[in-house]
Amino acid sequence: MVKVKIGLGGVTEPLVSKNMKTGDWGTEYPVVDEEKCTACKNCEIYCPDGCIKVVEKEGKKVAVPDYDYCKGCWVCFTVCPADAIKMEVKELYKVEVC
Amino acid sequence: MRKVVRGFYAIAHAVKLCKPNVICAYPITPQTEIVENLAAMHAEGELENCEYITAESEFGAASILVGASAAGARTFTATSSQGLILMSEVLYNAAGMRLPIVMVVANRALSAPLSIWNDHQDSMAMRDAGIIQVYVENNQEAHDLVPVAFRVAEDKRVMLPFMLCMDGFKLTHAYEPIELLEQEIIDAFLPPYDPPVKMTTKKPLTFGAYAPPPYYMEFRAIMHDAMERARKVIEEAMKEWSSITGRDYGGHTFTDYDEAEVAVVAMGSIVSMARDVAEEMRKEGKKVGVLKIRTFRPFPADEVRKALENVDKVIVLERALSLGSDGPLTLEVKSALYGTSKEIHTVVVGLGGRDVPRDLMVKIISEVYEGKVKPGFRFEGIHEYEEVIP
Repeated sequence: MVKVKIGLGGVTEPLVSKNMKTGDWGTEYPVVDEEKCTACKNCEIYCPDGCIKVVEKEGKKVAVPDYDYCKGCWVCFTVCPADAIKMEVKELYKVEVC
Repeated sequence: MRKVVRGFYAIAHAVKLCKPNVICAYPITPQTEIVENLAAMHAEGELENCEYITAESEFGAASILVGASAAGARTFTATSSQGLILMSEVLYNAAGMRLPIVMVVANRALSAPLSIWNDHQDSMAMRDAGIIQVYVENNQEAHDLVPVAFRVAEDKRVMLPFMLCMDGFKLTHAYEPIELLEQEIIDAFLPPYDPPVKMTTKKPLTFGAYAPPPYYMEFRAIMHDAMERARKVIEEAMKEWSSITGRDYGGHTFTDYDEAEVAVVAMGSIVSMARDVAEEMRKEGKKVGVLKIRTFRPFPADEVRKALENVDKVIVLERALSLGSDGPLTLEVKSALYGTSKEIHTVVVGLGGRDVPRDLMVKIISEVYEGKVKPGFRFEGIHEYEEVIP
């Protein structure tokens, strides 16, 4: 077993939660259609975890999700006025239910 | 300075001398007068560098102390019964965050039915929280153990909350001549609190952060280790305390016999009467002794096993219940005696302030001594009863 360091009382400094990638929590993930995206920032404003941002990409402003922390909550999908976001099921969860 | 004072004052006086930085509580019988006295001392300016905060509930009081303790303050609170139960969610957190909050529990029964009188059910409900629990027999012991509590809780080897349990009314409201401590004694014994981690507005910290399955177990194992280390730290502190004050209460346990056939195991104020009865019976040539359990968490299993080594019959006086099982103290004693074959009597007495007269104590011990009763679980000092639908 690996030896783990346990801080007294679970005391941690600010922002250490960044080290903990939580992107694997969700079952689905958003995919942005960069052709349709109008860079309106609705998704960026509404994302509850700050996981989607409008950035400049190849001369065009588009929304880019951060899969390291995105939990697949569907908020960006719901608020997108341009129908530019699709939710897709992760490969891991593509299972047949009997 | 020897003075006749009441139990609550004995506590308040000792707490004042320990120079707490934050006191926060919510009134509840029979604890109220402890913090009432501290509030008066604060209002009179006797408590320097101290904030007295009145909370909106015990939940609030405990939460305020968690924040204060995380900010490096020496903290104190007192509560009873339902108040303790209301604090419980916060207290588990305080223990997990390793905050050395010192609290006095004026032991009182739990509802329902409502009772403001004494037994040990409230503190027993907090048994597994990771809080050190010590039960006192009289007010001098309660007074003396306040500085010990701060020192043990704040020791870097421990860093756990400390619960000093004293019988509500029976001790808190009793008059007793007390050797009141002097400031110099406390200052020599108790260093100022030096927090290993401290939250400030310039340095924000998260206490008790999220621990997913790969880490949680280690956090709890470390608390268990700290509790185990507390055994030695408590012993050290009590030894030093007795060398300073000359008052020696023994360590985690105290026995009044060298050899006994029947031993009574008890905690709290009832010990005195059991000891008085046992002394009288020894004068009659009956080999009876009393084993007082003082530290309940960490439980002194080795000391208990040793003290009961040559004893044939054990009477455990229970002041609490674990409904559907043996009494909580019996479970500990049986566990400590695992592998031995002794007759164990669990005798539940004095729930909800039911009086335990001396005659009853004589009856309980004599019947076991003379072999008139079968071992096992029973209530004593109880009316015949029948449940009816009103």
